[in-house]
Amino acid sequence: MHAVMMPQKTGKNYQAQNRPSQGSSSYQTNLSACEVKQKPSDSKENNPMQDDEHADDQDGDVLQIAMEYFEKDPIRSLRSKDKILEKHLITVENVAWKNGLAPETIDILLNVALSGRFGNAVNTRILKCLIPATLISEDSVVKAVSWLCVGKCSGSTKVLFYRWLIAMFDFIDHKEQINLLYGFFFASLQDDVLCPYVCHLLYLLTKKENVKPFRVRKLLDLQAKMGMQPHLQALLSVYKFFVPTLISVSLPVRKKIYFKNSENLWKTALLAVRQRNQGLCPEPRKLMLGPANIRPLKRKWNSHSIIPVLNSSSHTTECGKKEMNLSEYLSSSGSLPLEQLQRFPQLLENIHCLELPSQMGSVLNNSLLLHYINCIRDESVLLRLYHWLSQTLQEECVWYKVNNYENGKEFASFLDTIIRAESFLHEGFYSCEAFLYKSLPLWDGFCCRSQVLQLVSWIPFNNFSEMKPLLFDHLAHLFFTSTIYFKCSIIESLKELLQNWLLWLSKDIHVKPVTDSPLDTSLCESMNSVFKLVHYVGWLSTIGMRLESNSTFLMHFILDFFETACDIYLIYNLPLVVLFPRAIFYSALFTLDASILNQLCYIMHRYHKNLTAAKKNELIQKAKSKLSFSSKTYKEFNCCLTTMVGCLWTSKPFKKGIRFSPETLEKLGVEEHKRSLNLVYHSSLLGYAVSFLLQETPEEKTINLSSIQGKKWNLYLDYLFSEELQGLKLFIESCIRRSSVS
Amino acid sequence: MRSALGGGLGLQLELHFSAMQKTMDPYDAPESTPRQHPSCSLKEYFLAATPLQRRLESVRKQATSFVPTPPRRRIPQRSQLQEDVDPQKVAFLLHKQWTLYSLTPLYKFSYTNLKEYSRLLSAFITAEKQKGLAVEVGEDCNIKVVFSTLLGVKGTQSDPEAVLVQILSKPQLPSEDREAKALWTGWFCCVFGDGLLETVSEDFTCLPLFLANGAESNTAIIGTWFQKTFDCYFSPLAINAFNLSWMAAMWTACKMDRYVAATEFLWSVPCSPQSLDISYAIHPEDAKALWDSVHRTPGEVTQEEVDLFMDCLSSHFYRHFRIHLSATRLVRVSTSVASAHTDGKIKIICHKYLIGVLAYLTELAIFQIE
Repeated sequence: MHAVMMPQKTGKNYQAQNRPSQGSSSYQTNLSACEVKQKPSDSKENNPMQDDEHADDQDGDVLQIAMEYFEKDPIRSLRSKDKILEKHLITVENVAWKNGLAPETIDILLNVALSGRFGNAVNTRILKCLIPATLISEDSVVKAVSWLCVGKCSGSTKVLFYRWLIAMFDFIDHKEQINLLYGFFFASLQDDVLCPYVCHLLYLLTKKENVKPFRVRKLLDLQAKMGMQPHLQALLSVYKFFVPTLISVSLPVRKKIYFKNSENLWKTALLAVRQRNQGLCPEPRKLMLGPANIRPLKRKWNSHSIIPVLNSSSHTTECGKKEMNLSEYLSSSGSLPLEQLQRFPQLLENIHCLELPSQMGSVLNNSLLLHYINCIRDESVLLRLYHWLSQTLQEECVWYKVNNYENGKEFASFLDTIIRAESFLHEGFYSCEAFLYKSLPLWDGFCCRSQVLQLVSWIPFNNFSEMKPLLFDHLAHLFFTSTIYFKCSIIESLKELLQNWLLWLSKDIHVKPVTDSPLDTSLCESMNSVFKLVHYVGWLSTIGMRLESNSTFLMHFILDFFETACDIYLIYNLPLVVLFPRAIFYSALFTLDASILNQLCYIMHRYHKNLTAAKKNELIQKAKSKLSFSSKTYKEFNCCLTTMVGCLWTSKPFKKGIRFSPETLEKLGVEEHKRSLNLVYHSSLLGYAVSFLLQETPEEKTINLSSIQGKKWNLYLDYLFSEELQGLKLFIESCIRRSSVS
Repeated sequence: MRSALGGGLGLQLELHFSAMQKTMDPYDAPESTPRQHPSCSLKEYFLAATPLQRRLESVRKQATSFVPTPPRRRIPQRSQLQEDVDPQKVAFLLHKQWTLYSLTPLYKFSYTNLKEYSRLLSAFITAEKQKGLAVEVGEDCNIKVVFSTLLGVKGTQSDPEAVLVQILSKPQLPSEDREAKALWTGWFCCVFGDGLLETVSEDFTCLPLFLANGAESNTAIIGTWFQKTFDCYFSPLAINAFNLSWMAAMWTACKMDRYVAATEFLWSVPCSPQSLDISYAIHPEDAKALWDSVHRTPGEVTQEEVDLFMDCLSSHFYRHFRIHLSATRLVRVSTSVASAHTDGKIKIICHKYLIGVLAYLTELAIFQIE
C-alpha cells in the first residue's frame, strides 16, 4: 500500500522531477507491493524496504532545507559558522553518496564551491560529493567555468574541479557549449599545476575542428619546455588522430597510462551512477574486442601486435592535394573519425561519411567496423583486407618456418581473433581459405589444431570437386593417421562446415528472385557440391569406424553430422536428401549403446519426414521441378527402414539382404535369432527390458523377457519413452502403425 | 682447400668450414619439389567478375604448388630497357647489394604526390628516431627524404613506374658544399606484372618488388610508414634453391660480350657442429658451353633444361670429389649477370639484363603475395 503513497511523497520533494532513483525506487516499491500481497501476514515493521523509503523521504526533506541554506543565505551562513554548515554538509554528503544529486542541486553546489564563499576545506568537501544521480547539466559546468575566471577560488580547488570534471565527463548531458570554451581551457595549459588535468580534459573534449596549427605549435613549445610528458603526448596523439598531416608523433611501443587516475576519488560512486544509467544507454560492450586484448609483443616491424591499431584513414586529407592547405582540414569536419565511433547507433548515423581505417586489418578488432565491412560491397576495402590478411597469415604461420614455434601462442590467438570475427560475421574470409589451401598440406595436425579446424568450418561455399585436391584430400590423410579424438574433431568441424554452407545457400536462394527459369544450373551445381561433401564425410566415417573398431564415441560425432545432413530439405529448404552410408547405418543399428540407437531412430525419422515432404512437393509441382530426387534414394531409404522395422518391431529381420542358412544359425546357437534384435532383446535395450520387468514385478525372481508382448509390449514402449528415448518415440510414431500391434 | 681440376670443365672447388653454426634458412621449410599445375579442366566456379574473385581464382589454381611453376620462361633479352631510362639512375642500381621484399598493392598511392610523401616520411623518420617526441611536419631536420620515379624500369607499358626513395643526410653546416650522402636507398618496381595487375582495381598501385639498401632499422621505419599510409604489407622475399637453380640457368644462358666474374655456386652442407660450405666456381665460358649442350628450345628455358644443367654440374662434381651435391642445399648463385643469395639478397651486375633479372624477381614477389 505504500507503493501507492510513494510517488506522492517524492512529489513534494525538492528534486521531485529529477530524482535519479525514481525509476528504480518505484520498481522496488512495486516489488515490495508484490511481496506484501503474497505475504499478507508480514507486518510492516519487518519490511526493510519501507524503512529505506522512509529514510529516503527524510533525506529528501533535510536535503531541501540544506539546499535552501546554501542557496539563499550566504551571509548568515558565514555568521552562524560551523555547526549548521556542518550539519547541512553532512546531509548533502549522505544523500550524494547514497543516491546521487539532481542536476539543480549540483548546479547550486558548484556555484557555492567555486564562488569562494567558504574556505578551501568546505569547497573540497562539496566538490568531492558532487555525484550526479544520473546526469549533470551542461549549463552548470559552463557557469562553474566562468567562476574560474574570476579568480576567487584557490589553485587546489581549481585542480579538484578539473579532476571532477574529467571524472564526470561522461555524465554531462551535452558538450557543445563546453566545447565552445575550448580556447579557455587550452589557455589554462600555461598553468604548470593545472596542465596535466587540462590536458586530460582537452583529450576528452577535442574534436577535429579544434585541432589548429597554432595549437599544435603551442603544444610543441610546451613539450620543448617541459620535456616528454605523458599527458602532452596523449593530447598530441589525439591531435594526430584527427589531423595526421599536421604533426608526426611516434608513441612509445607500450601504450602508457597517460593520465593519473583522476576519477579515483569518485570511483565507487561512478560505478553506481553508471549502473543507475545503464537502463538509459545500453552499450554493446560485449562485442567490443578492444585492441587492449592483443598482447603487445616485440616485433621487428609492426612493433605493437600482429593486428594494426585502428587509425583513421589519412588518405582523404593527405593524398588528395599537392600542397597542404591548412584551412582545408578545418573545413573537412563532415566525416566521423573512427576513434570516435563507439556505438552502433553512431555507426548507423554516420555510415555514409565514415573515414575508413588507414590499415584495413584493424577492423578485426572492432565489431562495429566488422558490421560495416559486412554491409558494404566496396571491392577495394575487401581487397585491402584480403591482401593484409593473406600476407599476415603467411608470415605468422608457425609451421612454415623452422624454429618458429615459440610464436605458436601468438599465432593461435591471432587465429582466434580471426575466428571470432568470422563467427561474428557468419562468413568466412577468402584469405583464410587461400591460407588453408597453402598451409594444410604442411600442417602436422597438431599445432593450433582447434583453430585450424575452426577455420576449415568457415570456408566459404565452393565447388567441392575443386576443393577436394586442395583441402579435403589432405584432411583425409590427417584423419586416417591420427587419434580418435582428432577424428572426432574433424567430423565435428565438417558438420559445422556443412551447416555454414547450408545456411549460406538457403539464404542465397531466398535472396534470388523466384524465376520460372528451369532451376538454374548454379543451384544444381551447388546441390552437387553439398552432396559430395556429405558423401565425403560418409566415406571418412565408414573408414574411421573400421579403424577405430566401431567406437561409440566416434559414432556419436558421425551421427551428429548426419543429424544435420538428413534435414537439408526441410530445415534449409534446399532440394537435396543424401542418405548416410550403409556401413554407418548397420553399425549404428547393431550398437551396444542405447543413445546411439536412439540417435539413429531420430535420423531415420527425419529422413522419413524429409523424403515424404519431397515426394509430396514433387507431386504438386512436377512440371516445374527439374531437380527430382532419384528413385534410388527412396529405394535405399525404404530398404533401411524395412530392415529397421524388421529388426526392432516385427522380429522379422533381413527378409532381404543378409541371409543365413538355417544350418549356420543352428551352429551358431541362435535359433531364436529373429527375435534377438527387437526392442526387448536388442543388445542396447536389454537392460531397459530387464529393469522394466523388475519394476513391474519386483518380487519375481526369474525374469521372463518373452513375457513382454501384447499389452505389456505397449507398457514397455511407454517405459522406454519415459527413459528419454525421444528419437525412438518419434521413429515409432512416424514410421510404424502401432494399431497393427495393439 | 682449393684445387684446380683439369678435364672438360675448368672448375675450382673451395670448401669452407664456416666458423659459426649456421641456422637453417628459416624460409626454406615449405620448399618442395615442383609440382605440376592442377589440371585446367577444373570448372571455373567464378565467372571472374570482380578483381577479388579473379584473385581468388588464381590462388585456387596455384595453391597446390610452393614454387611458381610455369614450365618455361624466356631467356632475358638485351635492350629491354625502355628508351626514356636515365642511365645515371640505372647505374646507381647496379653493383649494390639489395635486400628483397615482396609488397602487396599500394592503396591510393599517387605519383603526383611524391613531394608530399617526401615531407611526411621525413617527419615520420625524425619522429621515430626521437621516440616519443612529437615533431611538427615540415620542421627542419638533419635528414632529407627524396621520392622520385625510375623512368623506364618496367617491362610493359602497363607496368607502373618504378619509385626510388632515398634518405639523404643534410650537411651539418650550410656553408659546406659537399653532396648529400645517401644513408638509405630503396626502390619499388614491377616488371611484367600483368598477372597481378589484372586482379586489382584502379585504387591500387602494384609495385610488388621492393629492394632496399641500408640499415635495416631504416628499412623498418620506412616500411612501417608505407604500411600505415598505403595499407600494404612487406614480407622478406627469400629465394629457395629451386629458384636459385632457375636463376643460374637463365643467367648462364644470357649472351655476354665480356664476362666479369666466374660462375659460382655455393652449397651448404647442414652438418654438426659446424656447417660446411662448398663453393663451386666454373669459368663462365665453360658454364655457357655446358648450357648450350643441354639447351634445346631457342629463346626459352624449360624446367627439364634447368634440371639437366644442375644435374650435369653435380655429377661432374661427384666424379671428382665423391660428394653428392644433391644432398646439400644451394644457397648462392653468382654470375656475370647478377648474384643472388637464398636470404633474399641480390646484386645486379650487368646493365643489359637488369630488366630480365627484375622480371624474374617480380614473378617471385607476385607469387609470394598471392
